[in-house]
Formats: sequence, C-alpha cells, structure tokens
Amino acid sequence: MDSSVTTASEENVWGGGNKPLNASYGKLMMWFFLVSDALTFSGFLAAYGFSRFKFIETWPIADEVFTHVPFFHGNFPMYYVAFMTFILIMSSVTMVLAVDAGHNNKKTAVIWYMFLTIIGGAIFVGSQAWEWATFIKGDYGAIETKGGRILQFVSAETGERVALDDFATEIASERTNHERKNGVWFFNEGYVPSYSVNEVMAGLKANDDVLIRTEAIVQEGEKQGEKTVLSRAATLEKMKDAALVVEGANLIRNEYGSRLFADFFFFITGFHGFHVFSGVIINIIIFFNVILGTYERRGHYEMVEKVGLYWHFVDLVWVFVFTFFYLV
Amino acid sequence: MAHEHKLEIFRGLLKFKSNTSKIWGVLIFLSIITAVEVALGITKPQMLTGNSFLGMKLLNWIFIILTLVKAYYIAWDFMHLRDEKSSLRRAIVWTPIFLVAYLVFILLFEADYVYTVYKEGFVKWNF
Repeated sequence: MDSSVTTASEENVWGGGNKPLNASYGKLMMWFFLVSDALTFSGFLAAYGFSRFKFIETWPIADEVFTHVPFFHGNFPMYYVAFMTFILIMSSVTMVLAVDAGHNNKKTAVIWYMFLTIIGGAIFVGSQAWEWATFIKGDYGAIETKGGRILQFVSAETGERVALDDFATEIASERTNHERKNGVWFFNEGYVPSYSVNEVMAGLKANDDVLIRTEAIVQEGEKQGEKTVLSRAATLEKMKDAALVVEGANLIRNEYGSRLFADFFFFITGFHGFHVFSGVIINIIIFFNVILGTYERRGHYEMVEKVGLYWHFVDLVWVFVFTFFYLV
Repeated sequence: MAHEHKLEIFRGLLKFKSNTSKIWGVLIFLSIITAVEVALGITKPQMLTGNSFLGMKLLNWIFIILTLVKAYYIAWDFMHLRDEKSSLRRAIVWTPIFLVAYLVFILLFEADYVYTVYKEGFVKWNF
C-alpha cells in the first residue's frame, strides 16, 4: 500500500503541498474578490453602453459637460479629469514601490511610500467630490420640454452657450411662502429654480440673439458631431413645448441632456469613488500596522501586497471609466 | 520570501536593471498614453472622427485599444501578474474577458435594436 504514504508530498499530485497557482490563500482570495468586482463594474459600464446606444443621437457630449478646473475660469475640457487620472496612476506607482520595499524588508521606505499613496488617494477622492459638486450645481441652466428633453441656449453670433442669467427677464410676481405656523403638515419648500418658464420665455422673445440648442447631434455635413442649433423661428416655436426650468443635475433632472447620463455619472463614479475611499481607509490601517512593526515581526509584508492589489484595481477601473465616460 | 521579478517589457525589447526602475519605466509609458488620449480627446482630428471601422469611429477604436494597453501594463507590472504562474494569470484574465465580451455584445446589439425602434417605430419620445 504505497499510495497512502504521503511523505514526499511534492511528488504526489493529490497529497497536498502542491501549489498549482503558487499564491498564498490571502492573495488568491483578493484575486477572487477583484475578479468579481471587475464583473460588477463591467456590468455598470455595459449598462451605460446600452443606454448610450439607445440614445446614440442625443447623448450629451462629455467634453461640453466637464469643462471646469478648480480656481480657474474658462473652458477646459478634460484637463481636470486627466489630472485626476494622473494622480491615481501616480499613487499606484508609490503603492507598487511600497510593495517592492516590503519585499526587501525596508520598513521606513514602506512607511513613506504608503503615506504618499494615501495622500494621492485623498487628492483623488477630493477631486471627485469637487467634480460632483460642480456637476450638481450646473452651468448655464436649461429648459426641459414636456417630453423630458433638454433645450439649451446659445448665442447666434458667437455660437457660445448662454446662461439663463444672461437673458431671462425678471417678471414681478407674488409668491406667498407657506409657513410652518399656517400648516399642520408642514414641509419646507423644495428647491425652486432661479427663473420661471415664463421669465425665460419673455427673455427669449426680447433677445433676438438667443437660439435654442437641442439634444440632437448633427449626423452629417460640416457641423457633424455637434449639437443641433435651431433657427430663430424654430426656436420660438420649440419654446412652446417648455415645461420646466432645470439648473444643475440630480437623479431626476439634468440640464446637460439625457437624464440617464447624470444617473450613470452618479452611479459609476460614485461607486468607484466609494472604492477609492475604502481603499484609502484600508491603506491607512495598513500604514499604521507597518509603523507599529506588525509585518516586521511577522517576517513578511504580504499584507501590503494584498492591499496593493486592491489599490491597483481601483486605478484599473478608473482607466476604463475615464475612457468610456469621458473620452469615447 | 524570495521574489523573482521579470524585468523585461515590450516582449523583451526593454530590459530594466531593477524592479524599481521597471516601475518608473512603466509609469512613463502609461503617462505618455494618457497624454496622447487627452490630446486626441481635445483636438478630435477630423480624419479620425469622420472615418469609422466596423461601425465605430476610428478615434473611439484608438481610445479603447489604448485603454486595453494601459490595463495590460497596470495588471502585468503593478499587480505583478507578470511574475505569477501562467495558470493563475489565465484564470484571472480570461474569465472576465469572456464574460464581459459576451455581455457587451448582447447589450449593445439589443440597444441598437431599441434605437431603431425609437427611430422608426411608432414611439414618440423626442418632443
């Protein structure tokens, strides 16, 4: 009965001790998690693609939506997102340097690289929050039609976008606010746009220079790829469909165009931002463990390698989000 | 724990002296790709947006291919897949690629159909 003897486990395939994948349990489980998480994100991005292909001729153009850079005024499409991408890649690099230092058991180097990684992650999450705030606050304001489509305004001369502020005429009207003392079931008044539809309408009639820009993307000709601008007559005609004034974006209304665009923006970048946030928290925990010498006593820094995998994964996902949300 | 690092990238075209210098090398490569992407995204050359291949603009093909290149180097060099056994590498890489390709094919095909229904069918949505 030789087969039951398992002294030389390396030679016995089924006797245990073989490492077909040559990875530790923890590392393997991290990979399990990352693969399933990758599928989750792929599901989101595929759903985004689905909605976008459905409305391929009216989808918002990302270049025209994300045009802001903190502390600067003007039109800078993509620059800030590119900066964020670079920050995340940079923090990925410091992370991999921390892993490398861990392999060589250099404690101080690991501490410094982990610290830089955390800083990079914090800058990224902060930038993400700023992106959200800017997106929610909105730019120029727009009109929503009865059918839920968005009408934006441009100047006939320059073709530049015009904000509602620039042309809407204020019409004196009496608005009585409902107050707590007058009601049994009192709710605070919700958000009210700065202008009413009538005020925008009056402003549009008074300013010959303002034209409506619809969601439809021009498919052929010289202006291919740009949004359709209506003639003055068509503008006034189209304005009859106006139902609401929209400023900024939320899960229900979106001044930039299709509502689904805002929904997916919040969902995908939010889910990714949450990953970065939890990554930063986990990095901080590991950072303190390194300082306390936990891994030095353990004899290896594999834990740094495992959070490193998670951190790189977050970077990897961002590469795809960047492409499919901002570039394509 | 002894760790062997493979220090060659671009199929051995470029060989680094240490793991650290390989990391910096990969960073430079990834930064260049990102810079190219952003530059193309801002300028949008007419030649690339006007022509299409398999129903997609050339520019978008370039973006997607560059993204996959970036993903490859992040996974291979930052996540150390280059140093792992090929069995582990294949299990990690091909499973999602197969599933995602399948999902994307189905969803985009279906979406294109819905688009034609909205465009040609008796559905009024753009008013």
